[in-house]
Amino acid sequence: MIRSLRILSANPLSLVGLALVGLVILAAAFADFLAPFPEHRGAVVDFVNFNKPPDGTYFMGTDLVGRDMFSRILYAYRISLLLGVVVLAVAVPVGVTLGLMAGYLGGWWEYALMRITDVFLSIPPLVLAIAIMGVLQPTLLNGMLAVTAMWWPWYTRLVYNITRGEKVEGYVLAAEVIGASRAHVMFREILPNAVPAIVTKMTLDFGFVILIVSSLSFLGLGVQPPTPDLGSMVAEGARYLPDSWWLAVFPGLAILIAVFGFNLIGDGLRDILGPDR
Amino acid sequence: MTPILQLRSLGKSFVTGNHTVQALTNITLDVAQGECLAIVGESGSGKSTLANLVLGLITPSTGEILFEGAILPVRRTLPHRQAIQLVQQNPASALNPRRSVGASLRLALDVHGIGTPRERPDLVAQLLTDVGLPAAYASRAPAALSGGQRQRIAIARALACQSRLVVLDEPTSALDVLVQAQVLHLLDRLRRARGLTYLFITHDLGVVRNIATRVAVFSKGRMVELAETGALFTAPGDPYTRRLISAVPVITKEEKIMRNTLGGLQ
Amino acid sequence: MSTLDIRNLHLSFKLHSGLVHVLHGISLSVAKGERVALVGESGSGKSVTARIVLGLLQELRGARITGHVAFQGQDLSALSPRARHALRGTAMSMIFQDPTSSLNPVYRIAPQFREVLARATPGISMEAARARATTLLDEVAITEPARVLDSYPFQLSGGMNQRVMIAMALANRPALLLADEPGTALDVTVQAQTLDLMRDLVAQHGTSVLFISHNLGVVREFADRTCVIYKGRIVESGPTEAVFEAPGHPYTRALMAAQPRITGGGLPEIAEADSRFLASAVIHGGLA
Repeated sequence: MIRSLRILSANPLSLVGLALVGLVILAAAFADFLAPFPEHRGAVVDFVNFNKPPDGTYFMGTDLVGRDMFSRILYAYRISLLLGVVVLAVAVPVGVTLGLMAGYLGGWWEYALMRITDVFLSIPPLVLAIAIMGVLQPTLLNGMLAVTAMWWPWYTRLVYNITRGEKVEGYVLAAEVIGASRAHVMFREILPNAVPAIVTKMTLDFGFVILIVSSLSFLGLGVQPPTPDLGSMVAEGARYLPDSWWLAVFPGLAILIAVFGFNLIGDGLRDILGPDR
Repeated sequence: MTPILQLRSLGKSFVTGNHTVQALTNITLDVAQGECLAIVGESGSGKSTLANLVLGLITPSTGEILFEGAILPVRRTLPHRQAIQLVQQNPASALNPRRSVGASLRLALDVHGIGTPRERPDLVAQLLTDVGLPAAYASRAPAALSGGQRQRIAIARALACQSRLVVLDEPTSALDVLVQAQVLHLLDRLRRARGLTYLFITHDLGVVRNIATRVAVFSKGRMVELAETGALFTAPGDPYTRRLISAVPVITKEEKIMRNTLGGLQ
Repeated sequence: MSTLDIRNLHLSFKLHSGLVHVLHGISLSVAKGERVALVGESGSGKSVTARIVLGLLQELRGARITGHVAFQGQDLSALSPRARHALRGTAMSMIFQDPTSSLNPVYRIAPQFREVLARATPGISMEAARARATTLLDEVAITEPARVLDSYPFQLSGGMNQRVMIAMALANRPALLLADEPGTALDVTVQAQTLDLMRDLVAQHGTSVLFISHNLGVVREFADRTCVIYKGRIVESGPTEAVFEAPGHPYTRALMAAQPRITGGGLPEIAEADSRFLASAVIHGGLA
């Protein structure tokens, strides 16, 4: 733990990342307490105070129906983090397992799995998500499904390459000569060596998931009103630039902070988990 | 007594693209229980292929291998895996860098059901002591150990399986001189104490002279000579063997004299 | 004036965890045409010494070097980085342990040769380079120079690549050749041939050699003088015959005893580390 902190402190940017991500998580977790107008996350209208620039009461101004932007952004962080966790919680185990199998078992397994992976990888991620959403009802759940479906192949490709490299190492040979089962070799011998790369990618991905969901919402295909979502907020607000600038700029900055923070942490994590050979 | 290992007209060829490489041709050889048989050769001699065949990592193209009198099947069973183990050349990659050395030893015990799960930590401690390392090393990562220490762990792993035949593929080539001396001493002691049989593959004739009971010389996939160690060095029969011995860079006058005498016979 | 003169060389590295001392005052010299071996095990500091001479270590962040290194009478630390760079490949060159991986795998031998020759003759044409390379390859007993020049390193055997590397290293007639474990990656018969070849060539051209190895047999065959290095200190040095016939230092004696002999003699039990190894140095026949 101390060693980890020492490595992180050698790289000040990752400390910045840690701080930013910490802020985001706190904001999401304690939105109920931090938000001055918690009820504004729902369907509330206040046509007296609508479209107000930032001032004493409304730190980030109000939107077109009078809801407090700051409160909505805090709750929007909650949705974003939730989405990130759920998507990765499903995509990563699936992708990693398929990558291990394709890399270690070889033969037909490798051929079949990698061709399927290639198909998914060849479609631009956003296009795939849009296509899926076009077929399904635009709900939050379906949004998560679409993003998960396009996410797993990246992990398969990553772990496949690592597995192919590790497969020829002495310790894998030793385990095979001892008589360990193929499942043991894949999950207990090779997988631990892939973990640093996987975890680093997961932290970087967190930011991207948020971005993709925001993009979907921007296109109207993700989270539906009145649930606050950073992307939707940017979409609605973009039309009113530069006059009601607060409508787009604050949610945009919020996205930036989250994505940037996760990216910086990812670099620091790579240093911590890095080679220990 | 039945030889522990019998190779009968063993041959192996590899097909790559449109040409075939004959890695081993017509090898017939018996290995007696408890002996240390050295397999000596340069690159391309087929000694690694032989090791892989004995370990069951590849299958013979021709001929067969008998272990303790019975033919070894293509797919090895767990008892086969237990009986024949491997010590590799490179100690750095032979241990999983992300598991403690104790866990790597534990694997052997778990797979072959040696001792009860309760007893296994003690067995691991015992194994470490057997190879001259402190029992506390069980929790260490391979990266925290030196090359010689890692190689000792690899040896302990073979012992853990309670193997009867150990294939050693250049086990000390990657080690420093002093460390090599220690590991060789350990290997010799273990073999004598436990009645193990070694198939010792190396290119180092100095090592062979001092650790092997018999020597088989391989060249380009064929066995060109097989003799007791002393006999091979004092009166090598095959010209290739003589050439090998003459090429060894030596440090003492006696060795130089011996080498020149043999060289003169060519 | 000796070709290489190292006096009291100290090297430390500054790491996260603190200061790590690697060399504790190494002194050795190589006269013109002399072959000096630096013998030690891994971690003794032998490889870093060679890299300091070449100036390859100085750029590392965290490397602290003090002491005196002179090449042909000239203090190397007084030279600018550019001047030092100019020496590499021309007056000083190096050959490495694994010949196949030391050559660039994506280029054929001919362009790599030209790159080497261009260090001494900038702008040399391909034809001139090929002609010169052919002569050089002939010197290392390569019978089909044209075929070799048009091949990639992976198409040639280890022994062939080693000879190509020797030819390249000697191409610009350096005054000093540094050799890091040459021949270690080769079969013993090929290694013997390669060493004979090297010995003949350096004698022919009067090249001085600093030879780094952990293989005592190779050192015995090849070196005029031997320096034994243990944990960053020279513990014994002198003419090779003297050091090998009558080793004075406990560490040298342990190394000799640990080497298995082809005449037999069994497997002695040698301590891996011993406090006696830190005894003071034994110098045979005075400092050169």
